[in-house]
Amino acid sequence: MPDVSLENISKTYNKGKTIALRDISFSIEKGELFGLIGPDGAGKTSLFRILTTLLLPDAGKATVNGYDVVQQYREIRKRVGYMPGKFSLYQDLSVEENLNFFATVFNTTVKENYNLIQDIYVQIAPFKNRPAGKLSGGMKQKLALCCALIHRPEVLFLDEPTTGVDTVSRKDFWQMLQKLKAEGITILVSTPYMDEASLCERIALIQNGSIMSIDTPQQIIQMYPDPLFAIRAENMSTLLADLRQLQLLKSVYSFGDYHHITFVQNQENSPQELVQQLAQAQHLQLEIKPITPGIEDCFIYLMTQQNESQRNGN
Amino acid sequence: MSPKETVISVQHLTKKFGDFFAVYNISFEVYKGEIFGFLGANGAGKTTAIRMLCGLSVPTSGVAQVAGFDVYKDTEKIKANIGYMSQKFSLYEDLTVLENIRFFGGIYGLSGKKLQAQTTNLLEKLALAPHKNKLVASLPLGWKQKLAFSIAIIHEPVIVFLDEPTGGVDPITRRQFWDLIYEAADRGITVFVTTHYMDEAEYCHRVSMMVDGKIAALDTPAHLKNQYKVASMDDVFYQLARAAQRTE
Amino acid sequence: MQQLYSFVRKEFYHVFRDSKTLLMLFGLPIAQILLFGFALTNEIKNANIVVCDYANDNVSNELITQIAHSNNFTLAKIIHTQTEIEAAFEEGDIKLVLVFPNNFAQDLYHQGEAAVQIIADASDPNTATTLTAYAQNIIRDYQQQIQRSAPQVLSIIPQVRMLYNPELKGATNFVPGLIALVMLLICVLMTSVSIVREKEMGTMEILLVSPTNPLVVIIAKALPYFFLSLLNLTIVLLMSVWLLGISINGSLLLLYFVSSIFILCALSLGLLISNIAASQQAAMLISLMGMLLPTVMFSGFMFPIENMPVPLQIVSNIVPSKWFYIIVKDIMIKGTGFAAIWKEVLILSFMTLFLLAVSFKKFKIRLS
Repeated sequence: MPDVSLENISKTYNKGKTIALRDISFSIEKGELFGLIGPDGAGKTSLFRILTTLLLPDAGKATVNGYDVVQQYREIRKRVGYMPGKFSLYQDLSVEENLNFFATVFNTTVKENYNLIQDIYVQIAPFKNRPAGKLSGGMKQKLALCCALIHRPEVLFLDEPTTGVDTVSRKDFWQMLQKLKAEGITILVSTPYMDEASLCERIALIQNGSIMSIDTPQQIIQMYPDPLFAIRAENMSTLLADLRQLQLLKSVYSFGDYHHITFVQNQENSPQELVQQLAQAQHLQLEIKPITPGIEDCFIYLMTQQNESQRNGN
Repeated sequence: MSPKETVISVQHLTKKFGDFFAVYNISFEVYKGEIFGFLGANGAGKTTAIRMLCGLSVPTSGVAQVAGFDVYKDTEKIKANIGYMSQKFSLYEDLTVLENIRFFGGIYGLSGKKLQAQTTNLLEKLALAPHKNKLVASLPLGWKQKLAFSIAIIHEPVIVFLDEPTGGVDPITRRQFWDLIYEAADRGITVFVTTHYMDEAEYCHRVSMMVDGKIAALDTPAHLKNQYKVASMDDVFYQLARAAQRTE
Repeated sequence: MQQLYSFVRKEFYHVFRDSKTLLMLFGLPIAQILLFGFALTNEIKNANIVVCDYANDNVSNELITQIAHSNNFTLAKIIHTQTEIEAAFEEGDIKLVLVFPNNFAQDLYHQGEAAVQIIADASDPNTATTLTAYAQNIIRDYQQQIQRSAPQVLSIIPQVRMLYNPELKGATNFVPGLIALVMLLICVLMTSVSIVREKEMGTMEILLVSPTNPLVVIIAKALPYFFLSLLNLTIVLLMSVWLLGISINGSLLLLYFVSSIFILCALSLGLLISNIAASQQAAMLISLMGMLLPTVMFSGFMFPIENMPVPLQIVSNIVPSKWFYIIVKDIMIKGTGFAAIWKEVLILSFMTLFLLAVSFKKFKIRLS
C-alpha cells in the first residue's frame, strides 16, 4: 500500500477562477524520496497543503499513511512532519527554545528522538542560544528540518526547503535527506531547482497545476524524444541569435556555457549541415557535440508540449 | 572594441557592524555594458555590498564610485543613475501594469512624451499591451519578473542591480529573462546580478565570488573553471564556499 | 498539560521580548492614568471669578478682598444682579461665581450663620471641584479668623451649585470607564494580533499540522493575556488610588471576579477577530475600530445613555462594556455588593459564554 496517494485531486481559488491543481493522481511508496519539481505558481504548495490537511481539495481523494486527508486529518497530523515553504519558526525564540517547543507540541521530548536529528543538530548547536531570526539561511533551514523531524514522523513533507539557499547548503541538505530516507522515512520534497531532480528516486514534473510526467529521473530523461546537441562558440549571445534564425532547428535554449539544440529532422548529417549554415557568421571556436538531456531539457520540452496542447485545446 | 569605460570602481571597501566585518576590504571594477555576476553563499556579505553600492548604506572605510559618483557624498546622484530589482520587492501587486510603469517611470524622473514613448515601447516588447490594464497580481510570476526588470531600466540607467531576479521562475521564462538582460547589456547598460542558479553564472561576462566578506575569486567563467580545474561554475562555487569559515 | 505549559511559556517569551507589545500592554494604561492624573492634580492658578455681592457690607467686602488676594483666583468683576451671573458664565473664561446674599453680615452676627453660594461651571468637572475646594478653604480660613474676636459661634455655610454638569462626571466616573476600555483594548488587540502573527509567520501552519488540539492553541493564547490583563487591572487600580485619590468602596474580590468575566469576554472577541483578519495590521484596525468606538459611545462613561435616542439605547445593550462599566461603577463608587448587581453580572456572563462558544466553534482547523 502506498504511503501517500492522490486520486484526481483538483483545487481552485477565488471561487473557481484560479485553477491551482488539475486532476492530479500519483502515489508514493513507503520509504521513497519523491521530488515534486516545478517553478513557483505551478501548484506545489497547494498540493502540500492538501496532503498536510491544511486545505480541502475541491475534488478527488488523497490519503497519507493510509488515512484520508479530509476525514481522518487528526491521525495524519500526528504522523507527518511538515516544513512549509516560508521559514516558519518563532524568530524571537532561540534555537533551543524552538526545538523544545515543537517537541512538546508533538508530545515528545528532544531527548527521545535525538538520534534522528543529531547529525543535523550538531551543526546548529553552537548557536543554540541565538534567536532563530538571526540565523543564516542555511542554518534556519537546518533548524526547521530538526523541528519537523522531532517526533520521528512517518512521512516528511518539505515544501521548497532549498529555495534561496546557496549551493553548499543545498548539497548538505540533500545529503541529510538521503540519511533520513535510510531511516525509512517517506519524503515528499518540492523544488524549483531542476538540478536537484536527479537526487530523488522518483520525480513529478509539475507546471500550471498539472503533472507533466512522473517517473525516475533516468526514465524521464530517456523519454526525451529528440537527439540533443550542445553547441558553443566564443561569442555565445551572437551564436544564440544566429541559431534562432535557422529553419532546421526545432529548439534552441541556452544552458550555461552551451546552447542546447534539437533539429527538426534528425538526420545523421544534421550537425554538419548546421555548421555549414553557420559558416557565414564566422564563429570562432565553434564546437558541437551530442549530449544526454538533463531534467531541465525535459522540463522545457514538456512545457512547450503543454503550451501547445493548451493552445490547441482552446 | 573601444577601451573599457569603468562604471563601478571599488577600492578597499569595508563595512563593519560592531566588531563584525560584513564586507572586508573588497576591490573590483565593473565596465560599461558588462554583465557582472556577483555570487556568494548566504551571509557572505553580498547584500551588504550591494546596499553600499546603491547608496543605501554608508561604508565604514574604503573608496567606491558608482556611475562616476561617490558612495559617501553623492548617494542621491547614484540613485538617479541606477535601476534596482529584487525577487522580494519588484512591483505593486494592487496596481495595474500601466499604473506600475507610470509610477516607477515618474519616480525615475521620466515624464510627458518620454514616459509615453518608453511605456508604449515596453508594453510592445513584452507583448503586454493587451494586458496593460490588468492588476500585476493576476500576472504569472515570469511575466511579473520580466515586467519588473523592464521597469527597472525604463530610465536607461547606467547600471542595473538585480538581486536574484529569476528565483523560482520556470526554465523557459528564465531564459527569456536573460534575453532581456543581454539586450540591455548590448545597449550599454551594465548589469550587476546575483543568482543561485549556477548556469546563469555562465551567462555573465565576469563573475566574482564572495566568501566570508571578501572577494575570493573574480574572472570570466571560463578562466575560473580552468583555474579550479573543474567542469562547471557549480563546482567552482562549491570549492570556494566550502572553504568558508563563518556561518552567518 | 505539558503542551499547554510549554505554549504559555512561549507566549510569555513573545510578550517580554517585544518592546512594542510591552509598551502597548503597560504603557497604554499607565499613560492614560498619568495624563488624567496630571490634569486633575495640577494646581489651578489665577482662575477668573466673579462675585455677585447683594450684601455689600464689611464682611462680604473683607471676604472678597481675601479671595482676590489668593493665588488661585483673580477677581474679574463684582456684579449685583442675578442675570449678570449667567452672562458671566456664558462669556466662557469665568469658572466660578460667589454670591453673597442680602444682609450677609447681619445674618452672620445676629443669627450666627450665613450662607454663601458657590456656583461652578462643571462642564469641566475637575476644574470645578478643585476651584470649589479652594473657595471653601478661603471661606473656612476667614471664618476662623473672625471667630477669634467674636464671642458667639459664627459659621459661614458654603452652598455649592454645579452648573451644566450637576452629577460632576469626572475622575470617579473616568476610572471605571478607563478600566473597561483598557481591559477590552488590551485583550482584544493582543489576542487577535498574536494569533494573526502566527498566521503571517507561517507558524500556524506547523501548529495545525501537529497533534495539538486547537483548543490548546486557543487556551494557550488566552491564558497569558488573561493574567497580564489582571496585572493591568491591578496597576490601574493602584494608580487610581494613589495618584487620583479615588477610593474603592466595594469588595475588591468582587471587582476582580467581574473583571475576569469581562476579560474572558474580550479574549473571545479577540479570537473572533483573528479569524477574519489576514494581517496584523488588519487585526489591529478591526480591534481598534470595532472595540474602541462602541465602548466609548455606548458604555455610558463618555455620553450618558439616557440622553440617547431609543434605538441607540437598545443597541447599547449588546455592548459588553456597558454592563461591565455599570458593574465597576457600582462596586467602586457606590460600594454595592453582589446582590445589587447580579443581574448585570448575569448578562455579562451570558455574553461571555456566547462569544466563547462562537469563537471556539469558528476557530479554523485548516487554512482559509
